[in-house]
Amino acid sequence: MSKVSLSRKACTVNPLKLSQPVGGALAFLGLADCMPLLHGSQGCTAFGLVLFVRHFRETIPLQTTAMNEVATVLGGVENIGKAILTIHQKTKPRIIGICSTGVTETKGDDVDGYLRTFMAEHPELGDLAVVYVSTPDFKDAFQDGWSKAVRNIIQAVAEPSVEPILGLVNFLVGSHLTVADIEELREMSESFGLIPTFLPDLSGSLDGHIPDDFSPTTLGGTPLDAIRHLGSAELTIALGEQMRPAAEALMLKTGQPYVLFDRLTGLEPNDQLLDCFSQLSGQPVPNKYRRQRSQLLDAMLDGHFFIGGQKIAIGAEPDLLWNLSMWLSELGAEITAAITTTHSPLLEQVPCNEVIIGDLEDLETRAHGCDLLMTTAHGRQAAERLGIPLLRMGLPIFDRLGATHRLSVGYRGTRDLLFEVGNLLMANAHEGHPQRWPLPGESHAHSTVIPG
Amino acid sequence: MLQDKILEIFNEPGCDKNQTKSDKERKKGCSVQLQPGAAAGGCAFDGAKIALQPITDVAHLIHGPIACEGNSWDNRGSKSSGSKLYRTGFTTDMTELDVVYGGEKHLFKSIKEIIDKYNPPAVFVYQTCVPAMIGDDIEAVCKAAALKFGKPIIPINAPGFVGSKNLGNKLAGEALLDYVIGTQEPEFTTPYDINIIGEYNLSGELWQIKPLLDHLGIRILSCISGDAKYHEVAQSHRARAAMMVCSKAMINIARKMEERYEIPFFEGSFYGISDSSESLRAIARLLVERGAPDDLLARTENLIVTEEARAWHRLAEYKTRLRGKRVLLITGGVKSWSVVSALQEVGMEVVGTSVKKSTQEDKARIKEMMGDDAHMIDDMTPREMYKMLRDAEADIMLSGGRSQFIALKANVPWLDINQERHHAYAGYEGMVELVKQIDSALYNPIWSQLRKPAPWDAREVAL
Repeated sequence: MSKVSLSRKACTVNPLKLSQPVGGALAFLGLADCMPLLHGSQGCTAFGLVLFVRHFRETIPLQTTAMNEVATVLGGVENIGKAILTIHQKTKPRIIGICSTGVTETKGDDVDGYLRTFMAEHPELGDLAVVYVSTPDFKDAFQDGWSKAVRNIIQAVAEPSVEPILGLVNFLVGSHLTVADIEELREMSESFGLIPTFLPDLSGSLDGHIPDDFSPTTLGGTPLDAIRHLGSAELTIALGEQMRPAAEALMLKTGQPYVLFDRLTGLEPNDQLLDCFSQLSGQPVPNKYRRQRSQLLDAMLDGHFFIGGQKIAIGAEPDLLWNLSMWLSELGAEITAAITTTHSPLLEQVPCNEVIIGDLEDLETRAHGCDLLMTTAHGRQAAERLGIPLLRMGLPIFDRLGATHRLSVGYRGTRDLLFEVGNLLMANAHEGHPQRWPLPGESHAHSTVIPG
Repeated sequence: MLQDKILEIFNEPGCDKNQTKSDKERKKGCSVQLQPGAAAGGCAFDGAKIALQPITDVAHLIHGPIACEGNSWDNRGSKSSGSKLYRTGFTTDMTELDVVYGGEKHLFKSIKEIIDKYNPPAVFVYQTCVPAMIGDDIEAVCKAAALKFGKPIIPINAPGFVGSKNLGNKLAGEALLDYVIGTQEPEFTTPYDINIIGEYNLSGELWQIKPLLDHLGIRILSCISGDAKYHEVAQSHRARAAMMVCSKAMINIARKMEERYEIPFFEGSFYGISDSSESLRAIARLLVERGAPDDLLARTENLIVTEEARAWHRLAEYKTRLRGKRVLLITGGVKSWSVVSALQEVGMEVVGTSVKKSTQEDKARIKEMMGDDAHMIDDMTPREMYKMLRDAEADIMLSGGRSQFIALKANVPWLDINQERHHAYAGYEGMVELVKQIDSALYNPIWSQLRKPAPWDAREVAL
């Protein structure tokens, strides 16, 4: 359906893409008692830290191997060992998640080999789990880093399964879902009597709550033991195409089947999800969701007047772009520009003539004449210049409160997002005025009334 | 060579911290050896960009992989009265191909695209770790591009791994000294032309000072670098005097401009009422010494009298509300004492202040101001800070964003006094604003609600 092309420019202007290692680090931030560690210069960590602090408005545990010039040039793989010992001693996490960066990948140390030797030489580290993921900045994007980190967590930690336990279900959560989305999915699955495990689970760590005491590591998230026992679930549900590698890795390790939902905003995907819960649990769909479904249908009736035919420009990572563009086109909107950050098998099916792996300058030049811009907070300058509203979606959203409590899955999430989009368009509707409908030049000339 | 530049910076004679060191210590340089797994803070590139990005009409192009610009662009609070180009993120977004084949051609093409599309008066090109490792020579590319396009293309050679943010500030200063300052002539000069060095116009703080200077007829020939335009920095060598703010971040610019262009400078601050007055006096004095008519001194005194009285009058209403309130002040180095004096001016008690980046002289001054019980905090762990706040040893914490949530999660009021702050705190206006913000944080009705347990918890405790 769509042509996928790379932006041909030499200079990226107003980047949409975030780097791969910070995507990996955020996945690690969804694990309990975890300390993510970037193997790079201290700046790599500082920038990632500020990015997340501004988006989540929370303390972010994130460390660095603090590679200086000498260590970088001569090889500083020992800095990883030093960092592990220091972190173990100072903050006592149960898991350390390490992401490489451009600085350390340019030389290309054998980190896996080093870690095997190092861990064998340090029995005092006990059952500290260390997961390494290769995430050079000069390749791929945020979503890829997240995807690879979750895959590696499973490969490193999950244990081959025994007998599945009835009612247990795993959700492998893509980076495009928020804390509110996870909470909604938990509530939905639990109302069928299912017992869900989320990996990663930002709703435990970055939901913005007040802990009873100070913690130098993550404040919650998927517990290490829960990752070990992922294999005992009846089914794994992967959320987002980016989670396919992780689901495959889990299947390979535990023989567990998986289903993949590539999006959860909209009527039909949620019908399928609830049907899946119903079949898995043998329970009927609760009345609460039948009612919510009906509310969504009504919202579609009320809202389609304002959304149908509207032109929307979206800049988002592939899974979020897929989710938003499919849903909006199902409501009759026209996706006139679609910009993304990295490759994905879904891009060719995005309902837009062209999908460009590019930047926000590409989005801005293609968004002239659009009615609505949907991208991260970084779209604010473009929206201002274009004079159209901006609906902030994705990460970072640093100039609004509650970025991660924005819900867009389930019937309820879809309904509320529909209202939000509809309201922005309604508020910005093009009203009639005396000069809005001029006649074309030729007929105009013949219609002049001569006074007198 | 970059290494020579760094050594030169470490030998900075204008830095009094440096002057107290032995030759051997000085050779080791100023960078603290970072401990892997326990380090915090930005890199040299970060520092260079903080120092120069406030120049508003320049295109700031970051040569490196996406992390260096993609993760952090448009996130500073420097305000502009004109061009918004400094808020556009430009990067070469290096790929694996660049890493293998070198990124110089990619960089050159990027500069060309920027000039074709945006036509800025200059392009600043920032080096980062990956291209530095593979040997991309940004100086050569900038030179070639400048020749080809007939525009200043300025290399900023401060890749992240060479050191700290502070080192990056100074390397940025060196780039201005080498390539920008003194390259253009102003249309006219006056005996009242000054430079303000190390002021970034965060939240528009420069505009709290400028009306005072305007009133005295003093012209800011160039601010380095808040709300600056390229040509202003290029013409700054014609100023008669300079003020250096923000501790030692740009001392190399101030000192070398004194050396090269005989522009005398003083170190001052616009935080706090008395410091603001002192700074105005010092500016007037330097200008008069350089030949400005000496009625400037009296006019300055008149302005100080009026403005101090106006500020005190506006602060009076807060004095009774803030008297005896205890402040924990966690901020970088030298800024501490000027804020301490400001808070004491309204009767607040500073129960602790960080001295991590302060010199011996600074510490002596804090002792003088706060007495012997002064709680000088060298390096407080987040856990200790949390405990101190939880145990209610302070009524409010003022710090940078890094420790924001430590205070908030301990249910203690907090105010941002670092670079991400949303309010402007400079000069007399700024001091009134700071006190107003402290008052509004302390007396916000949320605190009593937050500290009250939920009814069921209260009942359980009672049982």
